[in-house]
Amino acid sequence: MTETKKIRVLIAKPGLDGHDRGAKVVARALRDAGMEVIYTGLRQTPEMIVEAGLQEDVDCIGLSILSNAHGALFPRIVELLRAEGRSDILLFAGGIFPDEDVPEIKRLGFRGVFGPGSDTRDIAEFIRTEIAARGPVRG
Amino acid sequence: MTVEAELAARVAAGDRRALARLITWIEDDDLRAHAALAALYPRTGRAHIVGVTGAPGTGKSTLVSALAAEERKRGRTVGIISIDPTSPFSGGALLGDRIRMMEHIADPGVFMRSMASRGSVGGLSVATSDAVRALDAFGRDVVFVETVGAGQAEIDIVRTAHSVIVIEAPGLGDEIQAFKAGILEIADVFVVNKADREGADKTANALKVMLDVGNTMKQRRVPGPARAVAPSVEAFVHHGALAAFGLAKAYPPSSDSAEWRPPILKTVAAERRGVLEVVDALDAHWRHLRESGTITQRERERVEDEVRQLLGRTLIRRCVEASGAERYAALVDAVTARALDPRGAVEALIGAWRDVARGAQPKEAD
Repeated sequence: MTETKKIRVLIAKPGLDGHDRGAKVVARALRDAGMEVIYTGLRQTPEMIVEAGLQEDVDCIGLSILSNAHGALFPRIVELLRAEGRSDILLFAGGIFPDEDVPEIKRLGFRGVFGPGSDTRDIAEFIRTEIAARGPVRG
Repeated sequence: MTVEAELAARVAAGDRRALARLITWIEDDDLRAHAALAALYPRTGRAHIVGVTGAPGTGKSTLVSALAAEERKRGRTVGIISIDPTSPFSGGALLGDRIRMMEHIADPGVFMRSMASRGSVGGLSVATSDAVRALDAFGRDVVFVETVGAGQAEIDIVRTAHSVIVIEAPGLGDEIQAFKAGILEIADVFVVNKADREGADKTANALKVMLDVGNTMKQRRVPGPARAVAPSVEAFVHHGALAAFGLAKAYPPSSDSAEWRPPILKTVAAERRGVLEVVDALDAHWRHLRESGTITQRERERVEDEVRQLLGRTLIRRCVEASGAERYAALVDAVTARALDPRGAVEALIGAWRDVARGAQPKEAD
């Protein structure tokens, strides 16, 4: 039974930047790590991302952003998830963030922040560890 | 109230988070899904289930998205299940069908779920029909099931559907490809997508020829002299004329597909061209199934198929559980070492289950 429990991850690109190479590399790497990865494509609003995450009942949402719009978009996504009662979903961020913003991103509830040069295996390991720590049962 | 009953009640009340969680339980083969589905079963059987299959790259997701938009215009709610392959190497999957369906994300009348094939063909069809049932109980009027691609496995999956769309696109190989895949027989509606490309007419014509050939073959199985014309909607309308010649008895209208000739429709789904006609054809097929009574027969066949599949899976699980992991492994080892033949191992496993069934109290109904 446990072997059939797959980790489901939504990889999304909020905002307007059109650079999704990083998001695709991470999506591919997580697939290769045995996860089911839903990719939604470019230019997603926070509402679209949260709704997709709900319908897909994901364990984790990874947000890729290179446009420096995280200050506006990340809090909105966290707020929407809370309103839907899904604050349990693990959040991580990838992309380019000014060093001084990272503590704030983490304070919002993003457990992982991965900048350029991150090893995709570390991201997979991070997700697995965090999900395992949350308990085995999806109630 | 149990967790399962509460979830079922929330699904019935239209809570999409509950529906999403139920599908997760179904995918994980979580026992809680069984009780929830049992509670919801009386609410099912209302949705029109449409299977969509075809080779990769023919535009299945784009067409489904366009069909969903048209169904919404006609005032119907839509459920979509899109299946993508699980990697046989990592067990992971990249589910990308949503990219082409994001236009519906803000519409509560469309619920879309991506499913990975997770390796097992039999398991997949069970999980898919359960997920379809969840969407049916959720109150969706139309449920689209988009398959991985074309092949034998797809044929099993689309059996859960009332109406099956087979998509072709020009330039993907000659007409023999369609023949080989065995998908001609399962189509209720053919769509030649990307019809703005060169070769679309050729593809449509090839399908038409194949369909005529197929019908000729079908006729041979009908006792008595072969019919002069391939059965078509028109031929059926003219049935009255045959009756006038006293021939009707010799050519009873078959209760099966003989009356329905799959239309061949051309679309450019990305530009929404030809989509209206596809939904019209689906509506006509749905009407045909109900008016001809074929739906009762199809439903019975589908249900029987499902009961048999579940029976097989359940017996396997119970026999393996009853004999215990160690004994099970020992039996497999013995067969590998040629100390026991495979049927002998099966008898031993069934024996173990019988012993448990006789001795122990009946366990939870799973």
